[in-house]
Amino acid sequence: MAPAELSPDTLRLDAERTVEEISERIREVVYKDLRRRGAVIGLSGGVDSSLVAHLCAHAFGPERVLGVLMPEGESAPDTLDLSQVAAEAAGVETVVEDITHLLEAAGCYERRDAAIRTVMPEYAEGWKAKIVLPSLLGNARYSLFTVVAESPEGERREARLTATAYREVVAATNFKQRVRKMLEYHHADRLDYAVVGTPNRLEYDQGFFVKNGDGSADVKPIAHLYKTQVYQLSEHMGVPAVIRERPPTTDTYALEQSQEEFYFSVPFDKLDLCLYALNEGLPVEAAAAATGLDTEVVERVFEDIERKRRAAEYLLAPPILLTNA
Amino acid sequence: MPSADAIEEEVRQFLRDNFPLSADGVTLDREDSLIEVGVIDSTGVLELIGFIEERYEVEIADEEVLPENLDSIANITRFVGAKVGGGSNGAG
Repeated sequence: MAPAELSPDTLRLDAERTVEEISERIREVVYKDLRRRGAVIGLSGGVDSSLVAHLCAHAFGPERVLGVLMPEGESAPDTLDLSQVAAEAAGVETVVEDITHLLEAAGCYERRDAAIRTVMPEYAEGWKAKIVLPSLLGNARYSLFTVVAESPEGERREARLTATAYREVVAATNFKQRVRKMLEYHHADRLDYAVVGTPNRLEYDQGFFVKNGDGSADVKPIAHLYKTQVYQLSEHMGVPAVIRERPPTTDTYALEQSQEEFYFSVPFDKLDLCLYALNEGLPVEAAAAATGLDTEVVERVFEDIERKRRAAEYLLAPPILLTNA
Repeated sequence: MPSADAIEEEVRQFLRDNFPLSADGVTLDREDSLIEVGVIDSTGVLELIGFIEERYEVEIADEEVLPENLDSIANITRFVGAKVGGGSNGAG
């Protein structure tokens, strides 16, 4: 393919072949390398975990797959239902673990709310909040992490976070992903299964996960797939439309928060093409033509991808042994 | 009011104290982009804003959080000088 021919079709897969390749490889890894007898998957109601459930059911047989549903007090109302829909479509057994009390015991909500109050003193019980990172599109300013909160009466407030408050909020909310992973490993130990992770390529490459939280797993079967490819395979494998048509969400904050608002700043289909162009050494102009974005915006997206990669190095690093010390 | 030289030295000290790459033998030229050389990231920008607001007792509006004000030691020195001098508030 000539570089200038980049288009959304560039990322189209031979779906059937890809499913068989992933299935074969994941069987090898789990049975031979890890010597475990099945798969545990944390189901979020999103397209990534739903696809992984389908792939594992295909690879191991649905009777060797357990979906763990882990809602908490601030989960979106449809999270649990959609997770069940995904599990039923894949034919896998599920267990529901409400993690609210574990999060309360860890001080997740209390620590986070105290941090928010340092920049927004009026934030009180009953308010909902989320963290946003304003869009890069058409904007030469730095993106600044901002807390957006809504009072019980529906009044919205915004405040720029300080570095300390931002870190406190993230550190507190990371309990959610870490508690979930703890429970996935509990079930994996109980059943002699492997924990199968659900990050896609964008999330894995760009560090959109919590270290030792959703970033932890024994095997990550879709971490090489672009998000658009995840959608293509999901449709091919019969992941229900209600899941495929739901906008990607973090489901981490009480106020509904899209992944774009928090982390990626441009829609994932455009980001996929920019990431591909950068990986393949294609010029900015090719990505601009394929995405419809201005070249200056693509340049900023490229820079942002490189910056996030640098930040992701810490998240992806395994424990480092000082063998030569 | 601190001189431009004093501001520059304080900014360099702040970067050395807070950002490992800056302390780790990387010599920054006045015009080097702090983002591009990887000294600061999006949380680092918040940290830099906090340092300037606290140390120089000024408020930085969101509209002023621009690379031309904050992305190099030269830009920061000029921006802070303008803020504390009560003159132009820099770009934005």
